[in-house]
Amino acid sequence: MRLTRRQVIGAIVLGLASPLPVRRAAQATSENAAAAIKAILGDAVLREGKVSLDMPSIAENGNSVPLTVSVDSPMTATDHVRSIHVFAEANPRPNVAHFHLGPRAGRAQVSTRIRLFTSQKIIAIAALSDGSFWSGSTEVVITLAACIEE
Amino acid sequence: MPQALIRVPAEVKKGEIFEIKTLISHAMETGVRRDNTGRLIPRDIINRFVCTYNGEEIFRADLFPAIAANPFLTFFTVATKSGELVFQWTDDHGTTQTEKAKITVV
Repeated sequence: MRLTRRQVIGAIVLGLASPLPVRRAAQATSENAAAAIKAILGDAVLREGKVSLDMPSIAENGNSVPLTVSVDSPMTATDHVRSIHVFAEANPRPNVAHFHLGPRAGRAQVSTRIRLFTSQKIIAIAALSDGSFWSGSTEVVITLAACIEE
Repeated sequence: MPQALIRVPAEVKKGEIFEIKTLISHAMETGVRRDNTGRLIPRDIINRFVCTYNGEEIFRADLFPAIAANPFLTFFTVATKSGELVFQWTDDHGTTQTEKAKITVV
């Protein structure tokens, strides 16, 4: 098969132009998220586990995506979740919400609806009463973005 | 102020963990959108929600523009004594709205 001149030029333009700005934008947003997470963590170590995020894997409308975050914890006076922090890496501002709980909650589970600017990873971090931090994450694909509608 | 909806069971057993659902009507204007003349629409969101049970805080949330319009929150608590649940939402202007719900523990 012979390539037409148009196909060759098209391929060159695509190859040169598209990956660079996309990569740069993704990097900038995850840096914002990293800073927001750092503000919660301080010098503590973040471990993976205990936290689960329940979200649809594909959401039609980024303006309202259901989110349920739960933490595996007995929720007693000596062993409970103090707070849960949710971050959306690729949103214009990565902070989504901070939830403050205590032993009175009985169950470490919170639900809400959130806005997502684009398909991305959602991260939740739980701060436990023993001072440890645990994280969980999930990927959501968005077909209609939030934040840009008139 | 906007309209709020709250759902709590009317009666629960002592020690039982029950779910509380809340919804308040609010545009949750993000501050990143522009109007049709290209000017930024200023941010106006509910940034704080607190729930107390007989005066003791059981749940608090700091909210950001990434929370969808008409903020919906559900959370849990343990039934201790009969009494009152108080819900308070605070917006960017410092205006608050308070709702109450009675709970009977048997």
